Amino acid sequence: MLLYILKRLVAVTPVAFGVSVVCFLLVHLAPGDPLSAVLPADATQATIDEMRAAYGFDKPLPVQYFIWLWHVLHGDLGVSIATGRPVAAEVGRAVVNSLILASVATLIGFTFGVLFGFVAGYRRNSVLDRMASALSVFGVSVPHYWLGMVFVIVFSANLGWLPPTGAGPDGSGNWRPDFDHLRYIIMPAVTMSVIPTGIIARTVRALVADILSQDFVEALRAKGLDERGVFRHVVRNAAPTALAVMGLQLGYLLGGSILIETVFAWPGTGFLLNAAIFQRDLPLLQGSILVLALFFVALNLIVDVMQTALDPRIERG
Amino acid sequence: MNAPATAASTAIALDGTVLGPGHAAPEAAFIPSRGFWGHVGHRLVRDPVAIAAGALILAMIAVAVLAPWITPMDPYKGSMLRRLKPVGDAVYWLGSDELGRDMISRLMLGARLSLFMGVTPVLIAFVIGSAIGILAGYVGGWTNTILMRTIDVFFAFPSVLLAIALSGALGAGIFNAIVSLTCVFVPQIARVAESVTTGIRRRDYIDAAKLSGASALTIMRVQVLGNVVGPIFVYATGLISVSMILASGLSFLGLGVRPPEPEWGLMLNTLRTAIYVNPLVAALPGVCIFIVSISFNLFSDGLRNAMEIRQ
Repeated sequence: MLLYILKRLVAVTPVAFGVSVVCFLLVHLAPGDPLSAVLPADATQATIDEMRAAYGFDKPLPVQYFIWLWHVLHGDLGVSIATGRPVAAEVGRAVVNSLILASVATLIGFTFGVLFGFVAGYRRNSVLDRMASALSVFGVSVPHYWLGMVFVIVFSANLGWLPPTGAGPDGSGNWRPDFDHLRYIIMPAVTMSVIPTGIIARTVRALVADILSQDFVEALRAKGLDERGVFRHVVRNAAPTALAVMGLQLGYLLGGSILIETVFAWPGTGFLLNAAIFQRDLPLLQGSILVLALFFVALNLIVDVMQTALDPRIERG
Repeated sequence: MNAPATAASTAIALDGTVLGPGHAAPEAAFIPSRGFWGHVGHRLVRDPVAIAAGALILAMIAVAVLAPWITPMDPYKGSMLRRLKPVGDAVYWLGSDELGRDMISRLMLGARLSLFMGVTPVLIAFVIGSAIGILAGYVGGWTNTILMRTIDVFFAFPSVLLAIALSGALGAGIFNAIVSLTCVFVPQIARVAESVTTGIRRRDYIDAAKLSGASALTIMRVQVLGNVVGPIFVYATGLISVSMILASGLSFLGLGVRPPEPEWGLMLNTLRTAIYVNPLVAALPGVCIFIVSISFNLFSDGLRNAMEIRQ
């Protein structure tokens, strides 16, 4: 197992390297100089040159890349052009909020997805199965930012039950696990959970149906095992894949939270990205994306290792 | 699937002579071969959900194409006095937006940009991704390693993040949004194309083509493409739904279409201020995105079942 983890780590290194190259090049994809957004229009050539030299933009690209990588490896993501604060600190604060939101959403999605998936897989072609299938198609087809708006219309504007935006009553940027803050996380988390609910329900339904059609289930029943015993076997067989899908969904939600965070003004990475894009704060954009992508790579690795550990049928070679 | 003609009717032998009733001719001679796509079409028309979804998509495309001639009002002309009229208004059937423009006209014209921006990236990615995947899958070896490891890097980004990162760096605009969405879908399609191509490259008919002296390019174009295009196509149709949501999402964030052009995502964004005044009107553009997105999903599912492709 340890050898397997090591092998996976070695395999993932070039991907992480590639990710850093893409994130670095993102800034240079942008039209014009990364500094053009912050410099006044009437800046003299001397000022421009001075700023370029200060930020290192006057050096050749590969040199800039390795200098940047060296800093990144030391936890230094540069300084935000708009605010002058270190990017690493800003991203770190936002990531915590995003992670809380995405985790709650994933948990909700996993609970309902597994529930619907099992019911549909056990009672194939029944009314319940059709309803679960319809729900999963709904989950993957609905524009979630619109669903968020609909929730705000219904539960904030009309019923006045839940606050429409923000992470807490004090307007501060940090979510805490108490009742007041809980009211703020309900709507964004439920909105976000629609996608994983649909995907997990679909996966679990197919898994359960497949497992139930296999010979060993028939053998278990033939030897007189009751339905609860059979159910335990089905759960054990479905668990590795279902958990893997859940892990990946957490990564997708974390990376894809920008639209929902914008709708609900949730102070996470999505909100930060939005600000970075519209202020053309390229170091902040670069830093947030790098952190999110590397987090996704790490999550993939963990899911892979966990799945192998849980499922003895997967080759560890 | 019985052929209409059976052995009971007058049979005709393979050489064309009429055998007359009573002669049991080999049945195979009477079944007109539909071919692969014929079978797919046959199964598809028996799937009411897929047909309904397909009809909805066609209707939306028709509205989009005909929009400039059939909108009841000028979609760009606003009126400060008639802002945010409710749905069911005598003049504005589906209400008016925050600048007093007719909603139904804007939704109809908006279908153009929304569909265009949702479908185009998948089409371009279908061509580029298939080419990369087939090349990597057929040639194998180092070419495969280099191409697919590069593709892996793009898989390290969740698709929404990649789309927004690229659009954010490139700047707002329709062209940039399409470029970034294409970049999101190329790796996904390439990976599917590579795996189906690798699956068939050792088949006998490929060897036969090689022995007949066909060049690698010809084999890829004729033998490989013909056999892998189906599964790749089905996968791509499934992506259109995601692409619609993402494209409108980019406009919703202000990274796609610019005002005053009507586009559903952008309309949703500008109407956000109206959710307390006129919630139903504010939610309408999202309903359109949802209908198109779910239609593409259901149609893609129907197509997948008809082609008997397992997920």
